[in-house]
Amino acid sequence: MQIRQSANRALQALIVVAVVGLFALLAVTTAEHLQQRGIRSGFDFLLEPAGFTLGESLLPVDAGDSTWLAFTAGLFNTLRVALPGAALALGIGTLAGFGRLADNPLVRGLAGAYVNAFRNIPLLLQLLAWYFILTDLLPAADAALRLAPGVFVSKSGLALPWWGDGGFEIPEPGGFGIDGGARLTPEYLAMLIGLVLYSAAYIAETLRAAVLALPPGQRLAALALGMTPRQVFRLVLLPQAWRAALPPVTSQLLNLFKNASLAVAIGYPDLVSVAGTSLNQTGRAIECLVIVIVVYLLLSLVAAAVSHALERRSQWERPT
Amino acid sequence: MSLAALRRRFFGDALNGALTLLLIAAAILWLPPLFRWAVLNARFAPDVAACEALNRSGACWGVVAEKARFILLGRYPAAESWRPALAAALIAGSWLGVAFGGLRGNRVLPALALPPLLAVPLLGGGMGGLPTVPTELWGGLPLTLLLTAAGMAGALPLGIAVAYGRRSSLPVLRALLTGYVELARGIPLIAALFVASFLLPLFFPDGVAIDMLWRVLIAIVLFAAAYLSEIVRGGLQALRQEQLDAAAALGFGYWQAQRWIVLPQVLRAVAPSLANSAIALFKDTSLVTIVSLYELTGSLGLALSGDAQWRPFYLEAWLFLAAIYWLGCALLARISSATPLRP
Repeated sequence: MQIRQSANRALQALIVVAVVGLFALLAVTTAEHLQQRGIRSGFDFLLEPAGFTLGESLLPVDAGDSTWLAFTAGLFNTLRVALPGAALALGIGTLAGFGRLADNPLVRGLAGAYVNAFRNIPLLLQLLAWYFILTDLLPAADAALRLAPGVFVSKSGLALPWWGDGGFEIPEPGGFGIDGGARLTPEYLAMLIGLVLYSAAYIAETLRAAVLALPPGQRLAALALGMTPRQVFRLVLLPQAWRAALPPVTSQLLNLFKNASLAVAIGYPDLVSVAGTSLNQTGRAIECLVIVIVVYLLLSLVAAAVSHALERRSQWERPT
Repeated sequence: MSLAALRRRFFGDALNGALTLLLIAAAILWLPPLFRWAVLNARFAPDVAACEALNRSGACWGVVAEKARFILLGRYPAAESWRPALAAALIAGSWLGVAFGGLRGNRVLPALALPPLLAVPLLGGGMGGLPTVPTELWGGLPLTLLLTAAGMAGALPLGIAVAYGRRSSLPVLRALLTGYVELARGIPLIAALFVASFLLPLFFPDGVAIDMLWRVLIAIVLFAAAYLSEIVRGGLQALRQEQLDAAAALGFGYWQAQRWIVLPQVLRAVAPSLANSAIALFKDTSLVTIVSLYELTGSLGLALSGDAQWRPFYLEAWLFLAAIYWLGCALLARISSATPLRP
């Protein structure tokens, strides 16, 4: 036993030495290469002017503002598309999941076709299609489509009633397009629509699987108690299914956050695309990618904590 | 089905009836114009003038005929087209063979792993009289299939090794591997591809220049292996202890028991999850276009974005590509439901 223990210790020491050695070797090679190419390293570039602007941003960021501000604006842009996206995906996913379980064959067929189509086409390809539709097929800004009073859509995006400089404003067609209210860019809309419809299809499938995985006795017992099929679904099946579906649905929502990084493909300035731009400008590949990786790991940790808390709150109440 | 049952299904209560009417109205409103656009008014010949004359009242399927070679094979030299076509056929053929039952049991894994290995020298050339074609020119469907098949073939052994490593009695090894798995699962694939694109060249010693394709493949293998290791680990945990007791009673050593008792059962049990990972990877290969490898999605952009004449018919070409991806996913899903590892 003692021989075994010391053999284990020796083996572990060997692993540590090998891993440390490998990382040291990588560090030395990398440092040499950086020196050859005349690239300085370190995070000091975050305090220097960014030298680029963001296509859109909640925070006002200029090319002269420091780089860390641009990264923060990128993170805000990620959250601006991912947080409403998560809420919408939950809503649409729940509806589509119910649709797949409906008695009505038309509803079931439609929900099934939606889930099947959107899950089996790459998200990137879907985003490209939404972007094409929003920027090429819609009319120009001076001939915007009126969807509802004060809601216009055109190549330059969606105009909505919102608070502006002069209080609450209702968009109106002006000389060169739409004046007043708030504007959502085609990049943002394509990201939001694409992420929501893709994630909602997965959430629908997760919910359906959770309902179908319940023991059939649950439904039969509730029916025997005289509940209507709708009551059975709402009061007996759904609460149980939600508990089972909570961990996979949380991981779907986390995937939505990670998938928001595809924004770089259609020019929405999220965190990853800001990091990419900054990387090209400063050449500080390691630092920029470390920032992206650390931020995403922190997001994963937060998601894990939230999921844990939700699971604990939804535990069965034990009879005392 | 009786009339009463039909009535209950379509008009069971107010909500149900309203939904039925709404969907029928939507179908009457939208299906005929869709049919007119896609079939009646559509142009099927690759003739730009005829397509432009439609003024979007009909689909221009001619764009598919015009751009098919470019979308499917990318920038690969046209004179050598048979090589990427054969490479794609080898990989797709192995998937078909497993999905439709020709291949079963122990032959499945080698049959899926071998075609990508054959596809690489076939595409690269430089031997047997085949002209060399640099990896930057590989593209389209063969590249999508190669990245998926080679990615899985590399990631599965690594994932199994990591799963075993995380069950070892060495705390240091366990901690390192857990760190790796959590790191890879925590970041988006694009971040991993950026690492492959910008950081890996800095890591390699002088004089070692590895093509972007291989760097991306390394990133894909490391990324997918983390997910696969979690699947295999779950399978290992679910295996009943009695199996190992019985193996020990029969005189099997640890590795013998793993090879003949544990792994075959675990792989069979998790085969559907592995196939789901393959589907996810198949779709995720579209991201490599962001680091300038022109697989299917990238070659669609290459084919149309520079061509002002055909660019307006992006949607038709897009639908063609979406259909290919959909079929690929359906094929892999069939593998998952057939659980072909069953003898």
